[in-house]
Amino acid sequence: MSSLMIENGRVVDPATGFDAVANVYVENRTVMAIGEAPPNFPPDATRINAAGLVVAPGFVDLHAHLREPGFDHVESIETGSLAAAAGGFTTVCCMPDTKPVNDNAAITRYIIERAREGSVHVRPVGAISKGMLNEEVAAIGTMREAGAVAISDDGSPVMNARLMRRAMQLARDFGMPVMTDCEDQSLAGGGVVHEGLTSTRMGLRGIPALAEDVITLRNLQLARDTGVNLHISHLSTARSLRWVKDAREQGLPVTCEVTPHHLALTDEILQYDGNHKVKPPLRPPPDRDALRQGIAEGWIDAIATDHQPHAGSDKMQEFDRCPFGIQGLETAFALSLETLYHNHLIPLTRLLSLFTIGPAKALGLACGRLEAGSRADIVLLNLDSWWQYDVNQSLSKSKNTPFHGRYFQGRVVMTIVDGKTVWQLG
Amino acid sequence: MTGLLGIEPLERSDVEEILSRSVQFQTPRNEASPRSEALRGKLVVNAFFENSTRTRVSFEIAAKRLGADIVTITTSGSSVSKGESLVDTLNTLGAMRPHAIVMRHAASGAPQFLSRHLAAPIINAGDGTHEHPTQALLDARTILDHRESLEKLRVAIIGDIAHSRVARSNIHLLSKFGAEIVLCGPTPLLPETMREIASGVSIERDVPRAIEGADVIMMLRVQLERQHESNFSATEYFQFYGLRLEHLSLAKENVLVMHPGPINRGREIASEVADSTRSVILNQVENGVAVRMAVLERFSR
Repeated sequence: MSSLMIENGRVVDPATGFDAVANVYVENRTVMAIGEAPPNFPPDATRINAAGLVVAPGFVDLHAHLREPGFDHVESIETGSLAAAAGGFTTVCCMPDTKPVNDNAAITRYIIERAREGSVHVRPVGAISKGMLNEEVAAIGTMREAGAVAISDDGSPVMNARLMRRAMQLARDFGMPVMTDCEDQSLAGGGVVHEGLTSTRMGLRGIPALAEDVITLRNLQLARDTGVNLHISHLSTARSLRWVKDAREQGLPVTCEVTPHHLALTDEILQYDGNHKVKPPLRPPPDRDALRQGIAEGWIDAIATDHQPHAGSDKMQEFDRCPFGIQGLETAFALSLETLYHNHLIPLTRLLSLFTIGPAKALGLACGRLEAGSRADIVLLNLDSWWQYDVNQSLSKSKNTPFHGRYFQGRVVMTIVDGKTVWQLG
Repeated sequence: MTGLLGIEPLERSDVEEILSRSVQFQTPRNEASPRSEALRGKLVVNAFFENSTRTRVSFEIAAKRLGADIVTITTSGSSVSKGESLVDTLNTLGAMRPHAIVMRHAASGAPQFLSRHLAAPIINAGDGTHEHPTQALLDARTILDHRESLEKLRVAIIGDIAHSRVARSNIHLLSKFGAEIVLCGPTPLLPETMREIASGVSIERDVPRAIEGADVIMMLRVQLERQHESNFSATEYFQFYGLRLEHLSLAKENVLVMHPGPINRGREIASEVADSTRSVILNQVENGVAVRMAVLERFSR
């Protein structure tokens, strides 16, 4: 029996509103008590001095690409979950765009099995359509039974509204949340950056905000029709956010997430560097500002990384040819802390809720809390120390980040999963 | 900045210096072309990843007249199909230790990308739908051969501006001199945001209005291969956006008609206009070598 005592940290649990300096007592995989030692707590428990640190529930990422099976040369569940641990994440939902696609229970079970060796809890997201080909609905019910926590066709969003409606009806029946990337692929038309002044100036093909907005609106209407729990992935435009807000005010069970990079960056920084090529594309300042406002007003439930590892050589090409996506697990918290907390947009509890109970609730996951009885997934944070991100030290197999060499204030110091330290600052 | 990646990042004084230096490289009537030993013993690599005869040859002549050794490599995408990345190709080129790399590529920003990875100065000979700086410089040289100054000129640029690197470079250059720039074309080929890329730019959807009082009319090649989808039939395009003889009376009497070539006669410009006394299209070609000599001299290491 292993026991752990995290001493004198500032314990912050957004789920309960707890925020005070206290000790956390862990036995085996469970938080036994916060504050007073539980009866018979072993006196020889391992002690961790957390004075000056924040002790919070382990982070939950709703949107990561771990690339296994099929693309182990750019990431594996092992390396992706290590990078997650280094970023303070203790639960990671992984996207189905593997090879083969996670569109059936066998693949779902395979991922869960492989994840037993990983550092953090990995929760697979299944596909909406078979092979993510937009033709027929995937095996939603059996994937649910096998442990898939949601369905999504990720970067190949379902264009066929009839298919989407059927999938949502089935998902509602099986109690499966539906996550959607929102992009009309014909309107996006092979674009590589946001359509606007920057794309015009740079001579790059644009993806209009409209491409995101029309599918966001369609999916909200389909959710209204079917009653499914809808989660909008990496929302990036002011108008889509307004429609999500409207839907929620009308009582629809809709949640949404944004990425740290869409909160921090705009298309004004583009310089034909593949590490700035993401989807949805970096938007202009008014959209970025609307997302920050949405966070401040509480319309956004979660910050999700959209961690997308790619081989270095794939990003060392002409901008048009580079694949979309950047890795994000290791920088998500520090970047968000800077953007939202150090910039005085929201208090710490609110920021932490976007990484913990917010995402957990969006998919109905039993994690993201830090109280007596909760699973001992815990993160220790230093909010003030300055550090420099060096992608060459990354635990991910890939090195595609726009934040190499950037200085951040505040970082993850230790990550505990099931009562065991899986990562700590060296 | 090393090399010439575009007109946008240049200062007005840079442009002025290049334009006045290029006068020395123009060929006076009935005389031999001027030569120089400025690049004697230096190597210029002409790397053309996209088909081009005129620009490539123009740079070759310019380099030779400066005494440089020049090698031309044309790949037009075939190296990619062989599995060789752009970086690998350019590393190979870099190993030749060139004093300048002249580069044409179908992808916007390819020269910017490579300049981050190579020591040799890169001269952009046209990147995708982004910039074609030497074309804008030779256009400006051609205008100045007929006018005192670029300031306050009214210049109409007509056609597929969205997909034109020539238009972008010309807009940036003319804007630095306070010219009045009127862009004209249908919305799919001329987005409203084009108005904001430089100062002094306005948009007209009607050719006669765009041409009214113009000192210069720049026609652009209809680049069907760059439009990705066909927005216009050729005949409809010419009817609404082609330049015809009757248009010229709307402009200033001594208006200059320009075109970067190659011309699609009857598609964007009527033959009678291209061959008229107002046309300076052949002067543009001639000035190409002089301007590129000035550019190579200035930007080679």
